[in-house]
Amino acid sequence: MSETTFAFSPANQERARHVMAKYPAGRQKSAVIALLDLAQRQNGGWLSQAAVDHVATVLGMAPIRVYEVASFYTMFNLKPVGRHLVQVCTTTPCWLRGSDQVLGACRKKLGVDVGGTTADGAFTLVEVECLGACVNAPVVQVGDDYYEDLDVASTERLLDDLAHDRASAPGPRVGRKTSAPVHGRATLLDGKNR
Amino acid sequence: MLADRDRIFTNLYGDGDWRLAGAQGRGDWDGTKDLVLKGREWIVEQVKASDLRGRGGAGFPAGLKWSFMPRASPDGRPSYLVINADESEPGTCKDRDIMRNDPHKLVEGALIAGVGMGAHTGYIYIRGEFYREAERLNAAIDEAYVAGLIGKNACGSGYDFDLYVHRGAGAYICGEETGLLESLEGNKGQPRLKPPFPATAGLYGCPTTVTNVETVAVVPTILRRGAAWFAALGRPKNTGTKLFCISGHVNTPCNVEEEMGIPLKELIERHAGGVRGGWDNLLAIIPGGSSVPLIPRSICDTVLMDFDSLREVRSGLGTAAVIVMDKSTDIVKAIARLAHFYKHESCGQCTPCREGCGWLMRIMDRMAVGDAHAAEIDMLEDISRRIEGHTICALGDAAAWPVQGLIRHFRPELERRIAAFQAARSVAAE
Repeated sequence: MSETTFAFSPANQERARHVMAKYPAGRQKSAVIALLDLAQRQNGGWLSQAAVDHVATVLGMAPIRVYEVASFYTMFNLKPVGRHLVQVCTTTPCWLRGSDQVLGACRKKLGVDVGGTTADGAFTLVEVECLGACVNAPVVQVGDDYYEDLDVASTERLLDDLAHDRASAPGPRVGRKTSAPVHGRATLLDGKNR
Repeated sequence: MLADRDRIFTNLYGDGDWRLAGAQGRGDWDGTKDLVLKGREWIVEQVKASDLRGRGGAGFPAGLKWSFMPRASPDGRPSYLVINADESEPGTCKDRDIMRNDPHKLVEGALIAGVGMGAHTGYIYIRGEFYREAERLNAAIDEAYVAGLIGKNACGSGYDFDLYVHRGAGAYICGEETGLLESLEGNKGQPRLKPPFPATAGLYGCPTTVTNVETVAVVPTILRRGAAWFAALGRPKNTGTKLFCISGHVNTPCNVEEEMGIPLKELIERHAGGVRGGWDNLLAIIPGGSSVPLIPRSICDTVLMDFDSLREVRSGLGTAAVIVMDKSTDIVKAIARLAHFYKHESCGQCTPCREGCGWLMRIMDRMAVGDAHAAEIDMLEDISRRIEGHTICALGDAAAWPVQGLIRHFRPELERRIAAFQAARSVAAE
């Protein structure tokens, strides 16, 4: 996680080669988002300048073009973040179902404001725009997983689980399957679909 | 109500196995070779005959769009199919269910669409946040390659077709087709001027059609069951089934596949457990994702959920994401929050959108507490009109419409807040 040096691990070199092969000859620049994502994962969740430079070298791109991409997309962190990046969706569909309370619970429980990182480096709290899981609102994304149908109590439990490195199953928190209605389902009742 | 036998997405909720074996058990990949062998013209004709309109928001006739792709390539440029899975329109979460629970419908549809366009390569551009969904999709694609369903000689048809997943990294603008292409090429996702249209010069300057996940995923079923079956559902020019996402103040928010043209009230009462507190507690609904103007309860009582019915009431079907707001909603704040969204997501390329979205946001924040002059309501409307239609892409329009819808239907509420704020201030000054 050094800020001054970065190079892909052998495993990530292999992954990078695999990604670059998806695109036609001479179009390897298309892999820039994927390679920045690999670099960010290897670098503890954020992109140092050295990591961005390394991606530019691998792809034969001018470094400025890679910085442009790294700074344009919200999933790239240009500053260090905690081990768990807690991303609370507060766009209107989540807001209508209590994302203010979910965000408030995160603030209180973690003792940091939006954009802050806990002193132990375990959590960074951020507010994000629509995560695209609106019928399961309110939604929080931590790492690669979505936690859905949250309220204050289930948000606190989620943060407890994460703090103690306990497994916390992603998905809805109200005992329903994916986007099906929690009760009174009127469709796909045929047994063969189960 | 649509009968279960007429549903396309029979594993919408993930009740069954999403893998190849499960998908084949539900009828996917059945006779695909024959469909491919019937050829490009036949596929496009069938899609046209079904009257399928694009499911990504604009509702453009799908068969017609596919027919814009060039027949031959005198200069040797390949044609590309690009599938838009950058699902980011607030309220919308239907493509996510297709990709995680029914991914083979999309993979098979991609092959068929590829044949219909003369494309031998397809890219699925999926929003970066959908990491688990991308894993599923990649696994389904790997299965299809191993089974010989795609790749060289797909399904034994003699047609070669490669399909790749490309993850984005968090930018609403990449759902705009040319912004998506820029992003796919490794750039910032800033939309391109049209013309040239993608069918002429799209990905890497080659003929390209960008099309939504749901549009592609329904096509194999349309071909198998017949265009006439699909066209018989819904209303003329608004045919077929549609995935609806019902969020907000309903008792049981959900995704559901229903017949196009279902009355909005029936959709909510039958599938989403009704409005919280009953239909009489309804204030307003955004019927097609955040970009379309809201409609007040009086319109909700009778409107049908399809492209033309919603356009008649000056709103739109958009992505069919129904955001329900009951009478407890601070409607001004709800729209102000959307103004924040568009401000955040403007790519910054065109001045009317980059600056205007900020103006809309700041004025809306003041409107939410009434800290404004009555004349500013018209000014707000005027600003929105100077954004709308004056930008390279439709994000400017999308930012303008929610504000216009609010003014159109809730002007008295804006005026009430301004009057209350001014009254409180004059009391405080005494």
